[in-house]
Amino acid sequence: MSSTFWLLTFIIFTPTIGALALWVFDRKAEEAMRYCALLFTTITFVLTLLLLGQFKSTDPGIQPLMYQDQTNKSVPAQEVTNYHFAEEGEELKGGKTATAGQIIWKGAAYDESELQRGVVRKWIDRWNINYTLGYDGISLPLVLLTSFISLLSLLASWNIKKHVRGYLILFLLLETGMLGVFLSLDFFLFYVFWEVMLLPMYFLIGIWGGPRKEYAAIKFFLYTLVGSVLMLIAMLMVYYNSGRSFDLQFLARVGQGLEEGLGFSETVQIAAFILLFIGFAIKIPIFPFHTWLPDAHVEAPTPVSMILAGVLLKMGGYGILRIAFPLCPWGAQYAAWVLALIGAVSIIYGAFAAMAQTDFKRLVAYSSVSHMGYVLLGIAVWKIGESSGAAVGKEYWLMGMNGAMFQMIAHGISSAGMFFMVGVIYDRVHHRDLNQFGGLMGLMPLYSGLAVGIFFAGLGLPGMCGFIGEVFVVLSTWNFSKPLAIVAAAGVILTAGYILWTIQRVYLGPEYKGPHKDKITPMNGREKGIAFVLLAFAVLFGVFPNLIFGIMDGSMELLVDNLDRGYQEVSRAIKELSTVMR
Amino acid sequence: MNFDAILKALIEDTVGKSLGHFAPEIALCITIVGLLLVRLVNVDRWLPTYWVALGGAIVAFGLASCQFMEITPDGETQYLFTGLLVYDQFGVFFRLFLLLFLVLVIALTVISGIPDNEDGPDFYTLLLGATIGMMLMVSANNLLILFLGIEMTSVPSYVMVGFLKGRKLSSEAALKYVVFGAGIAGVMLYGVSLLAGVLGTTDMSLIAERMHDLFAGDADLSIRSNPTLRIVVLASLLIFVGIAFKLSLVPFHFWCPDAFEGAPAEVAGFLSVASKAAAFALLVRFCLALSGSGHGELSTDVMLYLGVGLGVVAAITATFGNLAAYAQTNIKRLLAYSTIAHAGYMLMAVAAMMVLVNAGPEFFTPENPKTELVAGALEGLIYYLAVYLFMNLGAFAIVAFIRNQIHSEEIKDYAGLGWQAPCLGIGMAFCLFSLVGMPPFGGFFAKLMIFKSLVDAGYVNPFMWVVLAIGGLNTVFSLIYYLRVLNTMYITPRPEGARPVRFDFLPVGAYVILVTAPVLMTGFFPIIPDRLSDTANYVARMLIDNL
Repeated sequence: MSSTFWLLTFIIFTPTIGALALWVFDRKAEEAMRYCALLFTTITFVLTLLLLGQFKSTDPGIQPLMYQDQTNKSVPAQEVTNYHFAEEGEELKGGKTATAGQIIWKGAAYDESELQRGVVRKWIDRWNINYTLGYDGISLPLVLLTSFISLLSLLASWNIKKHVRGYLILFLLLETGMLGVFLSLDFFLFYVFWEVMLLPMYFLIGIWGGPRKEYAAIKFFLYTLVGSVLMLIAMLMVYYNSGRSFDLQFLARVGQGLEEGLGFSETVQIAAFILLFIGFAIKIPIFPFHTWLPDAHVEAPTPVSMILAGVLLKMGGYGILRIAFPLCPWGAQYAAWVLALIGAVSIIYGAFAAMAQTDFKRLVAYSSVSHMGYVLLGIAVWKIGESSGAAVGKEYWLMGMNGAMFQMIAHGISSAGMFFMVGVIYDRVHHRDLNQFGGLMGLMPLYSGLAVGIFFAGLGLPGMCGFIGEVFVVLSTWNFSKPLAIVAAAGVILTAGYILWTIQRVYLGPEYKGPHKDKITPMNGREKGIAFVLLAFAVLFGVFPNLIFGIMDGSMELLVDNLDRGYQEVSRAIKELSTVMR
Repeated sequence: MNFDAILKALIEDTVGKSLGHFAPEIALCITIVGLLLVRLVNVDRWLPTYWVALGGAIVAFGLASCQFMEITPDGETQYLFTGLLVYDQFGVFFRLFLLLFLVLVIALTVISGIPDNEDGPDFYTLLLGATIGMMLMVSANNLLILFLGIEMTSVPSYVMVGFLKGRKLSSEAALKYVVFGAGIAGVMLYGVSLLAGVLGTTDMSLIAERMHDLFAGDADLSIRSNPTLRIVVLASLLIFVGIAFKLSLVPFHFWCPDAFEGAPAEVAGFLSVASKAAAFALLVRFCLALSGSGHGELSTDVMLYLGVGLGVVAAITATFGNLAAYAQTNIKRLLAYSTIAHAGYMLMAVAAMMVLVNAGPEFFTPENPKTELVAGALEGLIYYLAVYLFMNLGAFAIVAFIRNQIHSEEIKDYAGLGWQAPCLGIGMAFCLFSLVGMPPFGGFFAKLMIFKSLVDAGYVNPFMWVVLAIGGLNTVFSLIYYLRVLNTMYITPRPEGARPVRFDFLPVGAYVILVTAPVLMTGFFPIIPDRLSDTANYVARMLIDNL
């Protein structure tokens, strides 16, 4: 069993081990439990850093780079596809027999332990479900973001006083679910982790949330469950149309018409894409599926809001990049215009809605809708030439994809920061009414300075992380459609509008007139630390965007090339079919 | 053949073959006698009767597992007692299942203290007696045994439902159950006699063949104009009614919520799992007996539509059960309706099986042969039942434990309990989420397997896709009322002044872990789901292959 297997498995399950370890403590030893949870999230974070160390951006491919067969003959990875697992005594080329569980490819047996940057282990053989994990430049930044934001929001959880053990256990289970989603390459496993993350989230909102917590929790649960059911239907569709496989790599090849004799028909491509898209769009969330988000964010406690905004929303975008597009390139291209339009509407709608809020947290929540619209827009700017079917201005599309991906990371940092900043002031004055704030700059100068910095990152100020993603997306949209680009650019202005207005209402002004003025105290060391770190990263990624682009560029290019080629393959097949029918 | 020879053959058959294969049942019979004797000679003063019952159940379980190990995949199906019972993997697996469940239920009653030692012998006699009836049901090969098994299960169940003497609700429930049960028994017996009269046999393994002969060369296979066919279909429907009563399918479910509310939680748990499992095994046997290996005129014309009809009933049952559960304030009533809904889900698997068995050869390809798909449907049912055993027993056991402390089964009295009894709260969360069908719990796998076979069946008759859609929708519906229980346990705070509850880890917590851990392990765990689905498939395959 390879080290990659253990590394990936431990990344996912270290938080679970931590959750079990928490039972050891006495009910009253709350401080010790917090430190224990902190220890396990830190270990997870370090493990993900190891993953980063292993990654070479020169090899952007996701799965096995190299197989080694029994004779130590190396085989380049790109050729190794459509493998299956051996049964005991299966005949190989040259009269040898395989032992059970080996990977068989073109008549030769390979030990699964030799897979690199990925793991395939049999799980439920009868159903062809495997424990497949792996990572590439697309998932790696998100994995890092997850473990990083989890660490910070655990630190932000220090002032949760109610049922500490329960809270920490659910928190750690949530982290397992999130990391599992980003690392699994088997559709079934992906689905399981997707739901695993749902259960702790429900309780985290429902138990530790604000006054309308039950309503918000059940709304969140129902919305996501509907999305999951749609995803499940799509999963069964592709399973049946691919000769019963859940392997996302293999399914992508089938969807892109690269497997002999297999392929998704026009209907399947479109139907599966729509189902998958709605499932993921609910999570992103995209207008009109976004209504759960303001409620969930407002009611959730601060650290959970940080996770929700920082990581959970990214799962939707990741799902579209990893599953919806690669599996159904034809359906995706078919719907590209609609997607871009929905993305643009989300940008504008979210910005206007944010402007209308009087609740500080609700404002930040709607800003997420607006910012995540850029993600969808950047992914969707896929323009094709009518006759050839080849992508027109592929480098712009790549740019949009890169921008979308960057925007996800940037939003993960800036929105987590914004929610944290709202939480800090809420802990002191116990209200979030924008009209009752003002003058905080004089009372809490350091806090206000940091908060303004983070809000500027959200605004997209050049030199901070929010800028890069937005500008890449808007530029690439110009190639796709000029009016849409103008609309998207207008979104930037609106964003600036509501964020500046917020800063003015909350931090500037002569004096604070709201309730609990006496409770306003400077930030403590822990809060300072979290805010500093988030702001530092917001600036760092704004100044050196290549830190992220460097990781993901290769994988994105591979993805764009595959989609482009896949679309052409599929449309050729569909054309042939229609001429035969005639 | 003279009388002597017949007698000799009979003795040879009984002593030489049948009794040996009948060992688990005999062990239970001996235990029952032992239970009664123990009280007679006053041994029960120092040896609590539950030890006798538990010991007997464990011995029977051991014997059944020996049988399961020993029974070989090849070879002819064996018939016991001159063809009254059938001895095959399917039957042995279900006997094993029932006995495992019996052991767990007896352990539960020991911990929860119902019944007390005074009533012990009566209660365990009834419990064991009902189990013997169920074991007859799962290996029935004769319409008489079908009837006998159902009755032998029902009669002790009536008494157990009314076991809490002096409670009005309990007696009312028992009476309601008896009246319904007696009526349905008459209906079913009428069906049995009609079928036996037309076909001239009560042997279930001969039904398909006789029917084939009866209608061979009959050009007119329309129910409207062929009176013989009409009688056969009517008779089958009447027998289905009898089984539907045991499964509490809509519209034969009226007894179920009342009986569950009136009965102690332990009995309700027993009825909800064991009698359902036995009735499903019987239903599968009866369906397969009707359609045989499923070719010929009759199967496409009549039997396929019987399967579709089962699908309709399943969809209605699942929807009704889930919708009715919304309004419940009593946890046992809620679980009763959830049981009804789950019977609906499981019936979907049987419907898919019936449709697939009777589909013509044009629906199958060499990669997906008929036996594979039919066995797949049955595999889903078996997996579902295996998970259902743990999740439903777990839920009822937790209800029983909580009742012992707070003396209430109203959902509102559960407020804040999850924090005071973490083990029970988490166990309940596991069971309820698994009942919804959420990953990573076993209920998800089970449901997915059934849905998968509905997809297969949909290629034969597209109506099965409608059933699938209804099943999927129901999953979303059902979430809300299960969550309501968990909301109360975790989100609503415990009212001021309520007596705090305390559960010791031993034995209550340990029992809850023992029962609920498999719910997780059948869902998300390295080897177990793989092995369980393999076993389920093996059992199903053996049954299908021997058609």
